[in-house]
Amino acid sequence: MQPEKLRVKSFGRRAAVLVGGKLALVGVLCGRLYYLQVLESQRYQMLADDNRINLRLLAPPRGHIVDRNGSPLAVNVQNYRVVLVPEQALDVRETLDRLNTVIEIHEYDRRRVLREARRRRAFVPITVRENLSWQEVSRIEVNAPDLPGISIDVGQSRHYPDGQIAAHVMGYVAAVSEKDLTGDPLLELPGFRIGKNGIERQHDLALRGTAGNSQVEVNAIGRVIRELERSEGRPGKRIVLTMDLRLQRFITERVADYRRAATVVLDVRNGEILAMVSAPSFDPNAFNEGLNSKAWKELIENPDTPLNNKVISGQYAPGSTFKLAVMMAAAEAGISPDHRVFCSGFTELGHQRFHCWNKHGHGLVNMVDGMRESCDVYFYELALKLGVDRIAATARKLGLGSKLDLDIPGERSGMIPTRAWKRENLGKSWLKGETLIAAIGQGYVLTTPLQLAIMTARAVNGGYAVLPRLTRETIDAGDETPTASSFPHTGISKRARELVMHALDEAVNHPRGTAYRSRIQEPGKAFGGKTGTAQVRRITMVERESGVKKNREKPWRERDHSLFVGYAPVDNPVFAVSVVIEHGGGGSKTAAPIARDILRETQRLQLPQQLADAERKK
Amino acid sequence: MSARDLQNSNDMTLGQRFWQLNWILILLICALASIGFAMLYSAGNGSYTPWAERQMVRFAVGMSLMLAIALTDIRVWLRYAYLFYAISLILLIAVEFAGTVGMGAQRWIGLKFFHLQPSELMKIALVLSLARYFHRLSLEDVTRPTQLLFPILLVAAPTALVLRQPDLGTSLLLLIGSAAMFFLAGVRIWKFILIGLIGLASIPVGWSMLHNYQKNRIMTFLSPESDPLGSGYHILQSKIALGSGGVFGNGFLQGTQSHLRFLPEMQTDVIFTMYAEEFGLVGGFFLIALYAAIVIYGFAIAMRSRSHFGRLVAMGVITTFFLYVFMNIAMVMGLIPVVGVPLPLISYGGTAMMTVLIGFGLLMNVYIHRDMRISRYGDDHRS
Repeated sequence: MQPEKLRVKSFGRRAAVLVGGKLALVGVLCGRLYYLQVLESQRYQMLADDNRINLRLLAPPRGHIVDRNGSPLAVNVQNYRVVLVPEQALDVRETLDRLNTVIEIHEYDRRRVLREARRRRAFVPITVRENLSWQEVSRIEVNAPDLPGISIDVGQSRHYPDGQIAAHVMGYVAAVSEKDLTGDPLLELPGFRIGKNGIERQHDLALRGTAGNSQVEVNAIGRVIRELERSEGRPGKRIVLTMDLRLQRFITERVADYRRAATVVLDVRNGEILAMVSAPSFDPNAFNEGLNSKAWKELIENPDTPLNNKVISGQYAPGSTFKLAVMMAAAEAGISPDHRVFCSGFTELGHQRFHCWNKHGHGLVNMVDGMRESCDVYFYELALKLGVDRIAATARKLGLGSKLDLDIPGERSGMIPTRAWKRENLGKSWLKGETLIAAIGQGYVLTTPLQLAIMTARAVNGGYAVLPRLTRETIDAGDETPTASSFPHTGISKRARELVMHALDEAVNHPRGTAYRSRIQEPGKAFGGKTGTAQVRRITMVERESGVKKNREKPWRERDHSLFVGYAPVDNPVFAVSVVIEHGGGGSKTAAPIARDILRETQRLQLPQQLADAERKK
Repeated sequence: MSARDLQNSNDMTLGQRFWQLNWILILLICALASIGFAMLYSAGNGSYTPWAERQMVRFAVGMSLMLAIALTDIRVWLRYAYLFYAISLILLIAVEFAGTVGMGAQRWIGLKFFHLQPSELMKIALVLSLARYFHRLSLEDVTRPTQLLFPILLVAAPTALVLRQPDLGTSLLLLIGSAAMFFLAGVRIWKFILIGLIGLASIPVGWSMLHNYQKNRIMTFLSPESDPLGSGYHILQSKIALGSGGVFGNGFLQGTQSHLRFLPEMQTDVIFTMYAEEFGLVGGFFLIALYAAIVIYGFAIAMRSRSHFGRLVAMGVITTFFLYVFMNIAMVMGLIPVVGVPLPLISYGGTAMMTVLIGFGLLMNVYIHRDMRISRYGDDHRS
């Protein structure tokens, strides 16, 4: 029995070692469990939440844009979309075929849906078509039992009820492009729209609002199981514009006959823009719905540049409207208003002849006569006395030659030439003849229609350097619109301003004035202003010999631009207007009557309210 | 007739054997199996289908089999150990040619009612035949290397076959379980060290023979975070689920990671993770303690047995059982590479449950026949 006992002893020892080893390993397991579930628990808890919780952004509704009277300019409308959930549709192809019998589905939409259905997870809804009409929605709803996996989804999309009427001011919204990404996760939401131009772009951040979010629990393949938490975002701010939609509409209709036009009406006391019309226009709704490449190409290649806001980015030779600045400079320089010049129809400088628009000459004219009748020869003389730099200095005080910080993008600065400018930029010295050309608003001088309106406003508002604006930011906090005196003064003397205003009055209301035929005879609503006719091309000697052609006889492209700047009422200025009709012919013939109609309508719509406001302030 | 007399008798009636059944062990087994049912119910998102119900049926069948084995005379098992082994080996060879590969690597033979995995049968057969072989040898005999040739062959043949399938987990289980048997039989320590050294030296050769996915598993084990969405996914997700359970767990049916399917195939190999996510550290310790209790109980049964065959069978069964538990839990906690080993009595799956219950049947059999002395050659021998 000895060996058996030995064997039992050896077995017992070894079995104990083995079991001891097992218990040690059990200890290791417990230790590891303790490490994972206690020491590292927080880290893994976080990782677990990362795993299962997805943050979904909720797009806030975009702020509305309204005019000064609260009429809607940009709103959000319900956008009915038809979506397809592949896992609920038994057969995607067949379902699409059946849907096609209910509403029309384009071939490229169909291909896109099939492509996305292959690429995405089966429970992710795919948009088949957007912007469904109410009829289409009903047709789908009626046929719902035959369309498994098809449902109607309601989203919001931007809508401009008046479409083209204020397109340039409003701008538009469109899908976010690669370069718009700023890191704001909202921008990466599918279907999110961002302001691309005008007010929509300028105030995009305020209009956009703050995103809300919803925390959802998802499983390993990303399917949403339930919502854990939801915080609604802050909707975008409402933006109130200074514009009057009624006036905007009136002007749009008034200039509808002209191929290219730009006009702006503003309040001379605070720079609030009441209307800004650039023709032709475009439909901003089209961008939201997604422009196809053909429509986009048509917009881009249209020679009339419908996307361009000509009021702020069109740079035109101001023609005779620039005489306002020249006369102001002359009065400031101390040249007597009684200074007389004899106009024989032209002036000679060296070997060159500078013609007056009236080839028969105006005879003996003083400063007010020269302005009233727009005598070019008188202004050639003034220019020679002043020199280009003094004209430029006054023009700049009136707001020409630089951007005016308008609150929409796209403003151009125009051009007011000086000797120094020409030397630096063209490397040539200034020629005297160029001063003469500049004095009648031709040559290097370029202005935007907005600058012309501001120039007029500054001339008639007591000399304050008002700046234009499109938004009344503080409308909710009561009427805090600035008054003229809250702007810095231009430094132009009262004597000079009153002289110019007198001349502008006569240009319209004096029988010899260039715009006499367009005057308003209603008492208290008369306006003052200045016509302008800007040559598009130089008139050659040969043409002048054979007699200058009438605009009507020229091809459209070669006709003069027709301009007018004005203000009303003439004895208590509140509104300033500038009108530019491209290739519209003479200023007194085309632009002046338009300006008259605009100022008459503006006063009809706005004057009682404006005067009441002023009364209340007192 | 006193109880003492009964125990001394080698020829017990069936009724006598029945009253000798180890009820505490049965209770422990049932407790573990119940936890398993609860977890499968949870894995089915609070439903008896598709897993919990079928697992219960299997358990009932397994329990009957276990009792039948426990009540059979221990000498039958000694006598037919090699036959059992031979049948298992033939089946193992058969699956090489006719088996079906599914879910990873384990091969099975499709029978009418269930899938038979010969490698599972082999675990039991190997324990039995090694026990029978060493039962015959005296301590002195064991020291002779020539005497070890046969048992080494016994181990090598099935291990090689299983490795070919390829099933790394089961072959490791066979190898380590057998090594424990050799150790218990009294094989000198230095021989293990020698074999260990040879094994170490042959690692480069072995590495080149491993399948790519096996290499990947080892590589991902070494740094799971390097590829969180690829092969490291399972280990990392498993650790996340475990860690997020905390001390008290998320509650029954509340495990977020498992229910949101971040844990793939949670009803099988990674069920411990789900359990620990729902019941936390406290529940985890409790489960491990249950397993440890069974191991200690098995050890006690082995020590109490008067026959060497019984002792070896008890320790062999309990060691195999422990290896299952350890490899599974260590794997889901990221302590060892991912090897496909189920958690005994809890993971969903028929074959593994059968193996474990057959093993427990043998363990109880040893307990019932604890006082029986068996001669070296298998004939009974009254004390």
